[in-house]
Amino acid sequence: MKPFARLFTALDQTTKTNTKVAALARYFAEASPQDRLWTIAILSHRRPKRTVNTTLLRTWAAELSGLPLWLFEETYHVVGDLAETIARILPEPEQQSDFSLEYWIHYIRDLGGLEESERKVKVAAAWAQLNYTERFVFNKLITGGFRMGVSQKLMTRALSKYTGIDENILAHRLMGNWTPDTTNFEDLILIADPNEDISKPYPFYLAYPLEEEPENLGDISEWQVERKWDGIRGQIIVRDDEVFVWSRGEELVTDKFPEFHSLAEKLPNGTVLDGEIMPYEEGQPLPFNVLQTRIGRKNVTKNILKKAPVVMIAYDLLEYDGKDIREKPMEKRRQLLTALLDENPTDGILLLSELVESKNWEALKEERANSRAHFSEGLMLKRKDSTYKSGRKRGDWWKWKVDPLTIDAVMIYAQRGHGRRANLFSDFTFAVWDGDRLVPFTKAYSGLTDKEFNEITAWVRQNTVERFGPVRSVTPTHVFEIAFEGIQQSSRHKSGVALRFPRISRWRKDKPVQEANTLEDLQALLQIYGI
Amino acid sequence: MPLLEFTNKGIYCAQADVYIDPWKKVKRALITHGHADHSRWGHSHYLCTKTAMPVIRHRLGPINIESVEYGESRTVNGVKFSFHPAGHILGSAQIRAEYKGEVWVASGDYKIEDDGLAEAFEPVKCHGFITESTFGMPVYKWQPQAEVFAEINDWWRENNAQGKVSIISAYALGKAQRIMQNVDPGIGRIFTHGAVENINEVMRKQGIPLVETTRVHSTIKKDEYKGGLVIAPPSAVGGNWTRKFQPFSVAIASGWMNLRGARRRRNADRGFVLSDHADWDGLNQAVADTGASKVIVTHGYTEVFTKWLREQGYEAYGEKTQFESETPDDSLA
Repeated sequence: MKPFARLFTALDQTTKTNTKVAALARYFAEASPQDRLWTIAILSHRRPKRTVNTTLLRTWAAELSGLPLWLFEETYHVVGDLAETIARILPEPEQQSDFSLEYWIHYIRDLGGLEESERKVKVAAAWAQLNYTERFVFNKLITGGFRMGVSQKLMTRALSKYTGIDENILAHRLMGNWTPDTTNFEDLILIADPNEDISKPYPFYLAYPLEEEPENLGDISEWQVERKWDGIRGQIIVRDDEVFVWSRGEELVTDKFPEFHSLAEKLPNGTVLDGEIMPYEEGQPLPFNVLQTRIGRKNVTKNILKKAPVVMIAYDLLEYDGKDIREKPMEKRRQLLTALLDENPTDGILLLSELVESKNWEALKEERANSRAHFSEGLMLKRKDSTYKSGRKRGDWWKWKVDPLTIDAVMIYAQRGHGRRANLFSDFTFAVWDGDRLVPFTKAYSGLTDKEFNEITAWVRQNTVERFGPVRSVTPTHVFEIAFEGIQQSSRHKSGVALRFPRISRWRKDKPVQEANTLEDLQALLQIYGI
Repeated sequence: MPLLEFTNKGIYCAQADVYIDPWKKVKRALITHGHADHSRWGHSHYLCTKTAMPVIRHRLGPINIESVEYGESRTVNGVKFSFHPAGHILGSAQIRAEYKGEVWVASGDYKIEDDGLAEAFEPVKCHGFITESTFGMPVYKWQPQAEVFAEINDWWRENNAQGKVSIISAYALGKAQRIMQNVDPGIGRIFTHGAVENINEVMRKQGIPLVETTRVHSTIKKDEYKGGLVIAPPSAVGGNWTRKFQPFSVAIASGWMNLRGARRRRNADRGFVLSDHADWDGLNQAVADTGASKVIVTHGYTEVFTKWLREQGYEAYGEKTQFESETPDDSLA
């Protein structure tokens, strides 16, 4: 595992993408084919199953280090990473071993069939022969939460650098249900699949947020206006009687959306659509969190398909009749898209993104303000004569989101963050007044600057009222403005509401705690904006 | 009444009417070392070690200050005070107080490992021991400094080979000089930020043989920095000041770099785990070596270390002070 541990260190020591890719490519060159394949598996979310739960790991690590469990837990809260905590507190290894990554993955997998006492002996034996980084890696493998600061995309780029094979082709080869047990490096990566080119997507064109007044964009008649949807940006490709669905992360997600599979028969070959994959039922969009429950699942069950049905709201056509039409103007592409969907009924799987017509910018501002009534998060402005560019480019496409909803809330609990924010208080619970009582209604993690996090961390330390494990209750003192995109009724929350994408928008140092908003204010927002 | 107690002005010996590292103005102050949170301005009289005095003078200006040798004692109203090496920075001391057979030691900040520049830590037997707890959690464990400097040298050498400047962020008093003295001067030239060089000048004047360094200055041509090592305080790194060194690599040398999260948050190219404070094992060893039965825990993971010591059979409790530490981001311990 030494080369893999060295790779981990190299990746951990840099934030620069190019350095990471170079380190990975170097590793691919020096690793054995099986370790190479395991590394690819790990970096493409194909980790071995967890065979020991974290409670046992904590108990064993504390015991072997001669520390009481409470001290282990305190330490873990400060470190914010279980694998790191265990690797640090254990006594120095007695001897050093040098087995392969594959050896250790099998070792961990084989723990699954053992009695608890045998598992303990095996885990302790592993810890006793690994150095700090190897232990850390071993712990990450065993707990299953391995992130190395390398996305699948970056790994694919490095693999491309190492093999000389095009990145998109590799992305395609890495798809599907393979594991290192069912294939080998040569079969999976090096041997060409005659079908692979047909799945190739186009790079997405991304809009910039509009920060100035729309009047600066010129005549409204030059602009195509649509609603902005809160779903997953996607590309649907139909070629050679096959369907491929790509998400914006240029990840192939065909398997996740069986709804679209019938498009192979319903659309002509040589069609590529750009649009928003949306949870949708009975003629209206469902809240985004309905889709969220679906994204995380490995298998899309019937039950999920029923609970979170999706459609694509199509807004662009990139390939028509087998030809790349991205250089044609938006207006023209839109005409072709409209005709295509007219001529090829899809049973409501594909919806045409509707146009929002307004006489002038003033009227459009009203439409925008009205977005929430349409369950949309704002408007999209696209210049009618614009070509379809790649990546985020200024000028022709703008997203014009509605202002978020806001409420002034009191911070009542604080918890230390993880990873980059370990040891800082960065996870807060906020409350609103209900008479003279404070009712918690949301958590928020982001929105403060590093400097503000430091300031609040120092404050929390000095103003802790009570500690409940990692959570501290604090004297209600500070008011924060919480911004959010939507509000829904919820029986799971004490306050009766759940927010969409809550974050801290500013620290209201000017506001005394008594002047924070009330539960009534929150309920009024629910009345107006709730779905 | 205990021999040393905690008041809102600092650690106080009522019998002698003197304070140790007070944070408010007092008549007589015994100072463990020259860092700003321990050695503050405005006291009527200061007493410190002979090697600590020049820096304290330099930082505080005209003050009424006296110095003693390590081990030399001063008696004030029957209380016998003496200073003993704390290993934290040059001139740093633990302060021993003895009255009618009872001995207390206030350790200030300390580290166990001999860094070659600070006078090496010496355990002092006592009944009551006041200890810091900056790194009082078992996750903090230091490698021997030779290993850390080997890493720093490798990093510098690699940058040097690529024609880059190596910038290392370190506290101007203590850490900066420790780095200068321990890196391999064969790799390249060592440059210093003004705040560091001012301290260097004071130390050289008092006869400390520091290695050769060059103050970063507008008259130096950009090319001269190439491949060199620049030592600067944290406040200077990351701002406009470093622009003239481009291309460069930035590293931070601090005990907090032991935590992966803290290291990644700092956005430096490298983090070296190098501290002038004792690690977990060091704190435990220091406490045990005093033979003390009473331990007062101050600045750091106070609650946790106190609870741990109680479980080990010590009569331990925590006290709040105004000495810094606590967060990985506002100090570079």
